[in-house]
Amino acid sequence: MAALVIAEHDNATLKGATLNTITAAAQCGGDVAVLVVGSGCSAAAQAAAAVQGVARVLVADAPHLADQLAENVAEQALAVASGFSHILAPATAHGKNVLPRVAARLDVAQVSDIISVVSPDTFTRPIYAGNAIATVQSTDAVKVITVRTTGFDAAPQGGSAALESLAAVADTGRASFVGREVAKSDRPELAGAKIVVSGGRGMGSADNFRILDPLADKLGAALGASRAAVDAGYAPNDWQVGQTGKIVAPQLYVAIGISGAIQHLAGMKDSKVIVAVNKDEEAPIFGVADYGLVGDLFQAVPEIVQELS
Amino acid sequence: MKVLVAVKRVVDYNVKVRVKSDQSGVDIANVKMSMNPFDEIGVEEAVRLREKGVATEVIAVSCGLQACQETLRTAMAIGADRAILVETDAELQPLAVAKLLKAVCDREQPQLVILGKQAIDDDANQTGQMLAALGNMAQATFASKVDIADGRAKVTREVDGGLETLSITLPAVVTTDLRLNEPRYVTLPNIMKAKKKQLDVLKPADLGVDPAPRLRTLKVSEPPGRKAGIKVADVKALVDKLKNEAKVI
Repeated sequence: MAALVIAEHDNATLKGATLNTITAAAQCGGDVAVLVVGSGCSAAAQAAAAVQGVARVLVADAPHLADQLAENVAEQALAVASGFSHILAPATAHGKNVLPRVAARLDVAQVSDIISVVSPDTFTRPIYAGNAIATVQSTDAVKVITVRTTGFDAAPQGGSAALESLAAVADTGRASFVGREVAKSDRPELAGAKIVVSGGRGMGSADNFRILDPLADKLGAALGASRAAVDAGYAPNDWQVGQTGKIVAPQLYVAIGISGAIQHLAGMKDSKVIVAVNKDEEAPIFGVADYGLVGDLFQAVPEIVQELS
Repeated sequence: MKVLVAVKRVVDYNVKVRVKSDQSGVDIANVKMSMNPFDEIGVEEAVRLREKGVATEVIAVSCGLQACQETLRTAMAIGADRAILVETDAELQPLAVAKLLKAVCDREQPQLVILGKQAIDDDANQTGQMLAALGNMAQATFASKVDIADGRAKVTREVDGGLETLSITLPAVVTTDLRLNEPRYVTLPNIMKAKKKQLDVLKPADLGVDPAPRLRTLKVSEPPGRKAGIKVADVKALVDKLKNEAKVI
């Protein structure tokens, strides 16, 4: 048995989600190889080689792989797939985009969003927005798996894997990259942040949402939002925490003006400590919060900032 | 240009499902069923493309029980021109649905296939990508904007950290994200009109597809519960608890 992890990276750095996926791969048994597909991606490949538990790093480096389009990354994974019993990727926008193509071409099912490895062919995964946990067994020869990063610890540093360079697959020519708009932020990435401050519909407007800035700054936190706040245009879509957005499990999750719809709870209920501030004392968010404060958020938030100073 | 849009019948998003006591699954007897919300966005997008004159025909497709006909009628009430049900009582997993849709695509030859990015029951997020791979088509998942011109689709995608824009060749698969559009309300006259639209029923065998499941569900259990904590009197008490009791700041 051997597992292949498709790395998530930006050519220069390895994304944190890859580390959690390596841990899941190691639990499947056998050696772990990491596939790095990109352009000028040797720094990312070196970073992968330095992760504990990684035996090999396979590198496909070519100009047409720079933007890691799903069609090409899937082809590259298929080119090396035959030696592996397990193929894994993080359950992030990137991994979800690529991996089902690999599974379909291998004619095997994919097990999405696993939160634990029970045995090499059996895994648990949340369904119905986390309202139930299914234990599923794959009957296919190759297990293709996306990994919910909050279910696994990040693999530590301390490896010294060999780098093997691969012949890059040809560009499928079906897709071309036009552009990227990345929100510039000095704050930590939402999915991996130790502290997350999220706002909900109770924020009232996009302008009001800004009152969370000083609190996030003070705590060194990432900013998040409920789906209601995103739908209302108060916050960008990639801040969305919940079943259809990001799944987070920080040390501290601060929910401000969030009522606690099921689909939001699905995205944050594994946080270590949850704080809720809401004026409605019946709000469902208080049912999962370790510390609840009933009150006006526009008064409470500046007070918390002051208290922390 | 023909547009095919896939729709799934799922437990309504307002229903909180309960796990059966024998852990064999969730109890969906007598609960409200609806079209998967992401698929509704897909139907709306396809109908808008026809209204703009980009698409000539919108075909809604569903795979599953006979009851999926209701879901297809809803798609036609939104504005799809006709519908196809691939009817089976078998448990359908994403790979099987992708194969069935691929077979329907071979018959209908659409230039664009639109699906929701994930269904809110199994939360798999696979079918669109699998269909694209099986049909050797380009894909643009998690779309928030779609423009069709000159035999290509320019699609803006929701990715981690922001947005990404791709230009893909047709035929292609697009999966929808929340912000792509706001589906219209279905009106009574359109519901009546939808009843008269064409709905064809096929069987997986007609399409030469074996839909047998590959994943075995061994059990379905309740997620670990989380107990409610305490209410604090004021901000001072809250910050004190976080510093000295939880020790997280």
